[in-house]
Amino acid sequence: MSSTGTTLKHYFVNHEQQFDAAKLGMWLFLVTEILLFSGMFVAYAVYRSWHPEVFTYASELLDWRLGALNTVVLLASSFTVALSIHFVQKGENDKVVVLLLLTLACAAIFMVVKYIEYEGKFSHGVFPGAGFEPHGIVDGKDYSKYDIPFAPQFFSIYFVMTGIHGIHVLVGMGLFGWLITRVARGHFSPQWYTPVELTGLYWHLVDIIWIFLFPLLYLI
Amino acid sequence: MREGSHNYLSARKGLWSWLATTDHKRIGILYAIACGTFFLLGGILATFVRTELGTPGETILDQDGYNQIFTLHGVVMVFLVIIPAIPGILGNFVLPIQIGAKDVAFPRLNLASWYLFMAGALMAVFGWLFVGKVDTGWTFYTPYSSGASNAVLWLTSAVFVAGFASIFTGLNFIVTVHKMRAPGMTWNRLPLFVWAIYATGIVQVLATPVIGITMVLLFLEKLMQIGIFDPALGGDPVLFQHFFWFYSHPAVYIMILPAMGIISDLMGTFSRQQVSGYTFIALSSVAIAFLGFLVWGHHMFVAGQSALSSIIFSMLTFLIGIPTGIKVFNWVATMYKGSVWLRTPMIYALMFLFLFTIGGLTGIMVGVLAVDVHLHDTYFIVAHFHYVMMGGALIGLIGGLHYWWPKMTGRMYNETAGVIAAVLVFIGFNLTFLPQFILGSRGMPRRYHDYTELLPSFPEFAPLNMASTIGSYILGVGLLMILVYALYSLFKGPKAPANPWGACTLEWTHTGPLPDEHNFHETPLVTRGPYDFHLADDVFGPKEEN
Repeated sequence: MSSTGTTLKHYFVNHEQQFDAAKLGMWLFLVTEILLFSGMFVAYAVYRSWHPEVFTYASELLDWRLGALNTVVLLASSFTVALSIHFVQKGENDKVVVLLLLTLACAAIFMVVKYIEYEGKFSHGVFPGAGFEPHGIVDGKDYSKYDIPFAPQFFSIYFVMTGIHGIHVLVGMGLFGWLITRVARGHFSPQWYTPVELTGLYWHLVDIIWIFLFPLLYLI
Repeated sequence: MREGSHNYLSARKGLWSWLATTDHKRIGILYAIACGTFFLLGGILATFVRTELGTPGETILDQDGYNQIFTLHGVVMVFLVIIPAIPGILGNFVLPIQIGAKDVAFPRLNLASWYLFMAGALMAVFGWLFVGKVDTGWTFYTPYSSGASNAVLWLTSAVFVAGFASIFTGLNFIVTVHKMRAPGMTWNRLPLFVWAIYATGIVQVLATPVIGITMVLLFLEKLMQIGIFDPALGGDPVLFQHFFWFYSHPAVYIMILPAMGIISDLMGTFSRQQVSGYTFIALSSVAIAFLGFLVWGHHMFVAGQSALSSIIFSMLTFLIGIPTGIKVFNWVATMYKGSVWLRTPMIYALMFLFLFTIGGLTGIMVGVLAVDVHLHDTYFIVAHFHYVMMGGALIGLIGGLHYWWPKMTGRMYNETAGVIAAVLVFIGFNLTFLPQFILGSRGMPRRYHDYTELLPSFPEFAPLNMASTIGSYILGVGLLMILVYALYSLFKGPKAPANPWGACTLEWTHTGPLPDEHNFHETPLVTRGPYDFHLADDVFGPKEEN
């Protein structure tokens, strides 16, 4: 349409209704995301309560320093995305582009660290499922000593949870790339910035889920 | 009114105008075609099952064939018919008009839901035809499923994808009801069908993601042996059952709540008075939606869960009877001193009252711990859930389709044919499933392809099974008859007036015989409740007597 950057869809009465509907829809979608992960959290809780000593022992193989680094990176990205919404509301789109680029960079760093972690595990036979055959010595830890019953369950849960979380990070990266091109083309204004707001909400959820994954998998 | 010159069907032409439509009414029709086709498929499979069981010994299917056929029957009927049908067809077509909206909140997402649903359906069919047969039952219990053919991968993916269609449909309706109501359409003026679809949406949004992740884990179990569910790998099959029923019990309410909403509207319209206990019916839908999340363990009384869990789940199960009973009593009270008009939709509403009440009360029976140990995995269970799913959900759907048929197609169907078919369905249904209660209580197990060896001890199994099979044929004839006169009406039926039932809700009072592309000329201003029939003849005109 005009300077607002969007058309009002014919089935809405006004922009406020359109924005409220989109936001409620996004919150409901986030609820479904939490419930999607809840199944995996329950699986984690069940197996941990049955075999607490195995889970404590097996989690030693995860490098808490890399996990902590990723936590910091994701927290920083949540900060930049929150700032980007602040500035899009003020119409300072140059800053929005920079902040979204920073967010995208943080997400990329997260995935690179995740790749390093996965690669380190795969190269020593730590696979989810049937391929689980740990071997080799890293940082003074003899991986073959971790080939005990229910250690595979720990790593299956680790790979499934962080894997599905990683897919969400990749989706987020795609969304940020798409947003950056739209901001650069001047699609958003203080009157209409719904996609920025909704992607921000999504990104905070991805962040929060990691906040729970990190201590549960790496620290305890 | 204008004669069909400008309406949602004539506004655009061509196949693409359907496949790319974002009009909620056309998407409803797309669901109707898809679900109707799957219902026909599932029904044909059901007659195979009944034909095999009609006489002792191998009739038309061997053991494996029988297991595969009942599995496919269950998967098709549950995931491709009963769960999507009422929200997909009638929710889409009716709900936005009933609240005075021009469309749902997210029309493109609505269309995407249909495509996801179709993608899920095609994956299931593809896996079945080209990858291998599945004989796990629709519940996919491990270790059956982790040891079955690779078609399980396709079926679990299909359930995952179709699940997201269900999630997006529910999400769309919740936002639509919250944000899109016309001026004056307060929560107290929502038709009870809208309340029911809203409560259903809550269940769809909260429960379906759990079956999604369960199917992902089962998929990975099969593909990579991750050892979460498969006991051979240290996994726990009971955990799978917990996950599965955490969705699939609430899913029962995804199936039945919309049908209850239809019945509420039918009771009001065809008794021509205010639905008794409007607030109680509305809130009991929400109560059922939430209580439904607390009872999944009653599927697992003999699966090895702790006695304490079983006792708690059993008691919570009884609680479901309270909001359900509130509805049933209020429906009966709605007819009391009403002016009951016995048209085909109302006949189905009455049928629902009989059949659903039997299904619901037998549900309380099997919720009793000691009784369930005897009845678990017998034909009693099969009879119970068919009384709820078919006698409740599908009868409600058929009644609703008859009710809204004139609005959807602009044509009337033959009332006499409708009544005859309804009688056939009622007789056929009861003849099919009443004997199964007796069979089950005498100990006939479900999912067995033969009972020859049981006959010396239980000679009554033979005539009861024969009766059930004959009943299923009568039921099939009744349903096919509906298909025939519906198709006839579509092409040759007399033109429908705008409000043939003299109903009070907006889809009847504020649109033409066929709604416009954007539903209304101008957004209605709502000044009264959905069942204010004391105004009926003055405001809405007398009901058609044809």
